[in-house]
Amino acid sequence: MTAISIAKRRVTEAPGPTRRRKHRSTTAPYWFIAPFLILFVAMLLVPIGYALYLSLFRSQIIGGQVFVGIANYVQAIGDSQLWTGVGRVLLYLVIQVPIMLALALFFALALDSGRVRGSRFVRLMLFVPYAIPGVISTLMWGYFYGHDFGLIAQIFRAVGLNPPDLLSAQNVLGSMMNISTWQYVGYNMIIIYSALRAVPVELYESAALDGAGQWRLAWSVKIPQVRNSILLCVVFSIIGSFQLFTEPSLLNPLSPVVINTSYLPTYYAYNLAFINQQSNYAAAVAFILGFSIMIVSYVVQVTTQRRALRG
Amino acid sequence: MTAAGIAKSQRRPRKDRKSTILTVALWTCCIYFIAPFVWLVLASTKNDTDLFNTFGLWVGKTFAFFGNLGTVFSFENGSFGLWLLNSAFYAVASAVGAVILATLAGYAFAKYRFAGRRAIFSVVLGAIMIPGTALALPTYFLFANLNITNTPWAVILPSVVNPFALYLIMVYAQDAVDESLVEAARLDGASEFRIFWQIAVRLLAPVMVTVLLLALVSTWNNYFLPLIMLNQSTLYPVTVGLAQWAASSNAGGGARVLFSTVITGSFISILPLIVSFLYLQRYWQSGLSTGGVKG
Repeated sequence: MTAISIAKRRVTEAPGPTRRRKHRSTTAPYWFIAPFLILFVAMLLVPIGYALYLSLFRSQIIGGQVFVGIANYVQAIGDSQLWTGVGRVLLYLVIQVPIMLALALFFALALDSGRVRGSRFVRLMLFVPYAIPGVISTLMWGYFYGHDFGLIAQIFRAVGLNPPDLLSAQNVLGSMMNISTWQYVGYNMIIIYSALRAVPVELYESAALDGAGQWRLAWSVKIPQVRNSILLCVVFSIIGSFQLFTEPSLLNPLSPVVINTSYLPTYYAYNLAFINQQSNYAAAVAFILGFSIMIVSYVVQVTTQRRALRG
Repeated sequence: MTAAGIAKSQRRPRKDRKSTILTVALWTCCIYFIAPFVWLVLASTKNDTDLFNTFGLWVGKTFAFFGNLGTVFSFENGSFGLWLLNSAFYAVASAVGAVILATLAGYAFAKYRFAGRRAIFSVVLGAIMIPGTALALPTYFLFANLNITNTPWAVILPSVVNPFALYLIMVYAQDAVDESLVEAARLDGASEFRIFWQIAVRLLAPVMVTVLLLALVSTWNNYFLPLIMLNQSTLYPVTVGLAQWAASSNAGGGARVLFSTVITGSFISILPLIVSFLYLQRYWQSGLSTGGVKG
């Protein structure tokens, strides 16, 4: 169960004060939630509705905005540029997300085991990349990737090797994955680590008395205890992968041929809206993206929770 | 897991045997995470010649930090200083707004039962899963229609609505605000708003600080939203401004001089974040441990 479904459960069970005193009704809670709710509707529901509305039109030279029904969605389904970008996101999901979360889990377990000297400092250093803007981390890594003057090329030359072209068609997606991994390993590590710290100590002690080693302890006791946090990391990573924008948009000038305008779907939606001036079609693409992310996250949550109930 | 959960994390006495292999492995990994920062600090002290001709993780032949600093703040009539101020303004306005709205609503969801409570809360909670970037384009279309793009409102208003902040505060309030205290105040004839203002707000202060910090940082770091909403350089936050300088320096030609300027500007713009991170890391971690932050 994720933190979110925990909250759902809690909110239904919460023994509010008015359960005992139903006669005393007050309008106070409505006043308390009104400011949030008004802006919530204005900044979330209205834009989504408006994008949906826009996506049903098309702007034409003669006649201006014309209602076209689901034509934009039909176009999107047949848009190979969009699906190539989505394919790259799927590569992210099967390569970068598992690597990142495996590293995060490893670091969290290592730090939690208490066997690392200076673990407070290590924890802080792993986490600090999360604090800086994606723009800056992409700019920095962009400088490292450069073939002529980049730091990585310098290191390769220093040891007498021929530096790889990290911005080539084969490598640039991997280079982006490296930026995301660098930035978010620590964030995921902290989520898992905090959950590990909350595991009751009795569970460890009994396993240790049975003679379980650290690896066995990690595998059989610790990981099952923190599976909800890991699941939460998976869901947030999925959402993050579909939203990748800073990396393609800032690396584009370094590798303009490889990173085309439809390299990743969010970047494509941006270019459709602002470069191609096709706002109606961009609205449809944004809508498809937002909707698919919600579906994927939901499916991940539901399937893993059902398995947990059976297991 | 509650926001208070982090407080319990000191429970286990650390007398485990230390492992040399694990220690060496983790400290080696740290190099990967810190090297970019070391590079950034060193690079901000180099002039353009050194930047391209000396090793990235070592000092250059000259110490040009103060020269670079001067260029950063004087280039294009001092745009950079203005961008920093813009970033600070957007971040503070968004974060304060987010905390006020989320505290009021989170408290109400935690401590009152009212018609529609469950339905409204489910909708708000579901919104945590809506990706910010996918939402930004629709918001832009709406704002363009209302003619409020290219104003500070276009950046602040969408950032003020923070369902995740509401969730954090609601979870915290369920434990932190004591029923008996609220009841006693009611018997004394205090109004509901006075109870909120004089009792709840004090008890909720720790989680409010956490939410404030996370909201400050996420607005300061935001790139996509201000990029699409603003097209006037004097309104840019520092992320958009730096990205634009970087793009023009990469475009090559005579603009190559911009490299050291972009690098020094990047260094300056992350200083407040690093400082807040080191001093307030307890709040960062308690926010994340309650369920992750929407990126």
